[in-house]
Amino acid sequence: MTEPVLSVRNLTVEFPTRRGTLTAIDNISFDIAPGEVLGVVGESGAGKSMTSAAVIGLIEPPGRIAGGEIKLNGKRIDNLSEKETRKIRGKKIGVIFQDPLTSLNPLYRVSQQLIETIRTHLPLSEADARKRAISLLDEVGIPAAARRIDDYPHQFSGGMRQRVVIALALCAEPDLVIADEPTTALDVSVQAQIIEVMKKLCAERGAAIMLITHDMGVIAETADRVAVMYAGRIAEIGPVRDVIKDAKHPYTSGLMGSIPSLTSDLERLVQIPGSMPRLSAIPKGCAFNPRCPQVFDRCRVERPDPLDVGDRKVACWLYDDRKEQAA
Amino acid sequence: MLAFILRRLAQSIVVMLVVALISFMLFRYVGDPIASMLGQESRLSDIEELRQRLGLNDPFYIQFARFIANAVQGEFGISYRLQQPVSELIMTRLPATIELAFTSALIALVFGITLGVFTALKPKSFATAAIMTLSLVGVSLPTFLIGIGLIYIFAVELQWLPSFGRGEVVDLGWWRTGLLTESGRRSLILPAITLSLFQLTLIMRLVRAEMLEVLRADYIRFAKARGLSQRAINFGHALKNTLVPVITITGLQLGSVIAFAIVTETVFQWPGVGSLFINSVQVVDVPVMAAYLMFIAFVFVVINLIVDILYYAVDPRLRVHSIGAGK
Amino acid sequence: MSAQDNLTAPTAAPVAPKPPSRLYRIWDSDVFYSFRRSPVTIVAAIVTVTMLLAALFAPWIAPYNPFNPASLNLMDGFTPPMTESMMGNFFVLGSDHQGRDVLSTILYGSRVSIFVGLSATLFAMTLGVSLGLAAGYLGGTTDSVIMRIADIQLSFPAILIALLIFGVARGIIPPSRQESMAIYVLIVAIGLSNWAQFARTVRGATMVERQKDYVSAARIMGVHPLAILIRHVLPNVTGPVLVIGTIGLALAIIEEATLSFLGVGVPPTQPSLGTLIRIGQQFLFSGEWWILLFPAITLVMLALAVNLLGDWLRDALNPRLR
Repeated sequence: MTEPVLSVRNLTVEFPTRRGTLTAIDNISFDIAPGEVLGVVGESGAGKSMTSAAVIGLIEPPGRIAGGEIKLNGKRIDNLSEKETRKIRGKKIGVIFQDPLTSLNPLYRVSQQLIETIRTHLPLSEADARKRAISLLDEVGIPAAARRIDDYPHQFSGGMRQRVVIALALCAEPDLVIADEPTTALDVSVQAQIIEVMKKLCAERGAAIMLITHDMGVIAETADRVAVMYAGRIAEIGPVRDVIKDAKHPYTSGLMGSIPSLTSDLERLVQIPGSMPRLSAIPKGCAFNPRCPQVFDRCRVERPDPLDVGDRKVACWLYDDRKEQAA
Repeated sequence: MLAFILRRLAQSIVVMLVVALISFMLFRYVGDPIASMLGQESRLSDIEELRQRLGLNDPFYIQFARFIANAVQGEFGISYRLQQPVSELIMTRLPATIELAFTSALIALVFGITLGVFTALKPKSFATAAIMTLSLVGVSLPTFLIGIGLIYIFAVELQWLPSFGRGEVVDLGWWRTGLLTESGRRSLILPAITLSLFQLTLIMRLVRAEMLEVLRADYIRFAKARGLSQRAINFGHALKNTLVPVITITGLQLGSVIAFAIVTETVFQWPGVGSLFINSVQVVDVPVMAAYLMFIAFVFVVINLIVDILYYAVDPRLRVHSIGAGK
Repeated sequence: MSAQDNLTAPTAAPVAPKPPSRLYRIWDSDVFYSFRRSPVTIVAAIVTVTMLLAALFAPWIAPYNPFNPASLNLMDGFTPPMTESMMGNFFVLGSDHQGRDVLSTILYGSRVSIFVGLSATLFAMTLGVSLGLAAGYLGGTTDSVIMRIADIQLSFPAILIALLIFGVARGIIPPSRQESMAIYVLIVAIGLSNWAQFARTVRGATMVERQKDYVSAARIMGVHPLAILIRHVLPNVTGPVLVIGTIGLALAIIEEATLSFLGVGVPPTQPSLGTLIRIGQQFLFSGEWWILLFPAITLVMLALAVNLLGDWLRDALNPRLR
């Protein structure tokens, strides 16, 4: 097996507050292989964005990584100095944020922002950087790139701006692109185009993608594998097709049940009763137990760790062979 | 651009007209102009004749029009107290006030922005805590006390600097300046510092608040995620965005320096328009009060106009129409 | 309470068996927590309260009555602090040129300063909040007229506005009544020069609130606009209004002192801290420093304590700035 681009092991992120320490991410592990698209899905507050912030070293204080390690191409990056981290951000890992309207500095021309980023990471002259910037804009599908490059962000539409953001993320040919809800703020009509452009350009470059979204539909069409997050933990991770067809974790089944499907013959969408707990009130045992239709005693007491189920990992006692003894 | 300036100009004229109306009402209805001109023991026929001659029997709008026509020509009547034309009084005292105001505005601007940026970038340092506490003390110290304190320390105890007056002035024919002589410059130091301190604290707190806000913006996060250097982010992206809104308020603050000079001029016996005004208020010398009001309003309108144009030049979002690309 | 609830929501306490008492909730709230955590704020609060009480009870705690000509003796004049005068009177903070006890004049003086400051702030608050509510709720011409005036006024320093109002009042009020009216003229002048801040903030909040569904619903159901404003909009602006009010109080006290220092404030028979500083300034250079210093320290302490409270309040009510 080839070495993964990104390897996260037992990552824990904590926020100390005056009412005790909140655990935003609790002991999660996953890998992303080169060129692979990993979808990360979950409700808001499940820890998706926090995971990406941890990977790029941009957790807002007072939050901090309390344990575990993050490896990029086999090298640890979670314990680097600020200066060394900067060399990875933008260079090895490109990032695309949710809202293209606010991601770009309104007072800088698109050309300035592109050239500045390119020259931070690559030894290019101003003129060469500009050429590269134009060809990048061209690639992400901005018409008349050479002319529009000197426009200000507000002169572009939302979809076009997100293309600019993609160009910025790809400036230095990163090995991994983290896209944090890249289409949530966009019109439905352009969402598919943006995903398409992003996926195509990354595929051409062999860059892996960590695609964070709450839209299961986007994951189904785009990702190779999917990680389902719930209350700061990974409930289930595995190949997209398998997870969608046959969800193992009761939460994943619930999530799948709430996607409208043309082929499904269900009369109405299945709802998961209740809502995800706040970080300050995560129940004992499995975080999902109060909402779980298949809950049994052990779930209320003991926290399940991810268990191997085929080529998946599922954090659920249903799949523990020893469940009867333990209970 | 031109349309924008014209619109602003029209607004300025409206403001000036409103202030003129207030000035006029002040002039016309506060105190009795006849009594102050003729004294108590005058014959009824004299009074009537003077009323006729001054046009005080004309309809309101004619009097107001005459007032404005005179004002445009810099004609505000005779000071009750000093028996001199008001315009002459103001013109001879204006250079003193302008030199004082500009010097302190410069001090306030330079130190205010520097300290504001510093305290925003190092929010947790000891120096920041000290500066912020000091600034609060500064806001709580009335200007006149600062002046008295500085006089006591530097003029009375240390005897380094003069405690009152402008020192030697050089008459340039149209302008009597204190900037060209040693004693003039030395005399300027204490009043200028006194006058600048309040604005300095305001500008500093404003820059700090604005910069902290900007540092939280998405585009700063995105700039960090692209691995740009700390320097480029703080002093490029963040500072530029901070200064745009700061320009407006700072500009207006600087305008108010001229009006704030009232107190400083009194403490330092500075022969400017401010001390002229305060003396006029004490004896209800209405023509001077009215003229001073018009003068201050004029200064504000001009500064406002400059600020607007500057704003227009700095923020590309306002220029969208001229480029025409639209959203 | 709604603002409070929003603030506590993200870090809400774990589920309690029974709802805690109202008093405990206030004690446990984030605002009060930040109060308990800030020693500077606690000191500021103590100083403010002490000074308010001292001013309120000045006639009972002042060692002398400085404004009773019968008890004054010029022979007591210029007694340094902590010494006995030639007449055998003891002055903790010394005496001034007329033989008045500085401590007593300060107590009486801060009474005037605080009275004027509080009244002017309340006046400005009432005026600003009502006009802000009207502008934000009614919109249209009312809004633009009120806010234009506020904008223009805000761009001029309050002290200038107050001076003008004061000058006008001097011209209008007959000289015989000027002395007795001076303090009210001062309150109106300072109040009128400070209302715009309140109006601007309240207007903004009102406009946000007006667009919310529950207000539209109330309006459709025919609830009186005044009831909507009082029940739904007002609670949402109390926080910012309180912050502006506190900082405004410090400003008003300083403004009063400045006007009195300039000689256009309270009459000499009713000196405020500013008047005392004006008097003391004359003797600073001849060595009688205590006549100036103690009133000045009192004024700065008062303004600083109130400012610190305002600053803390702003941060506590706006956790994003922490």
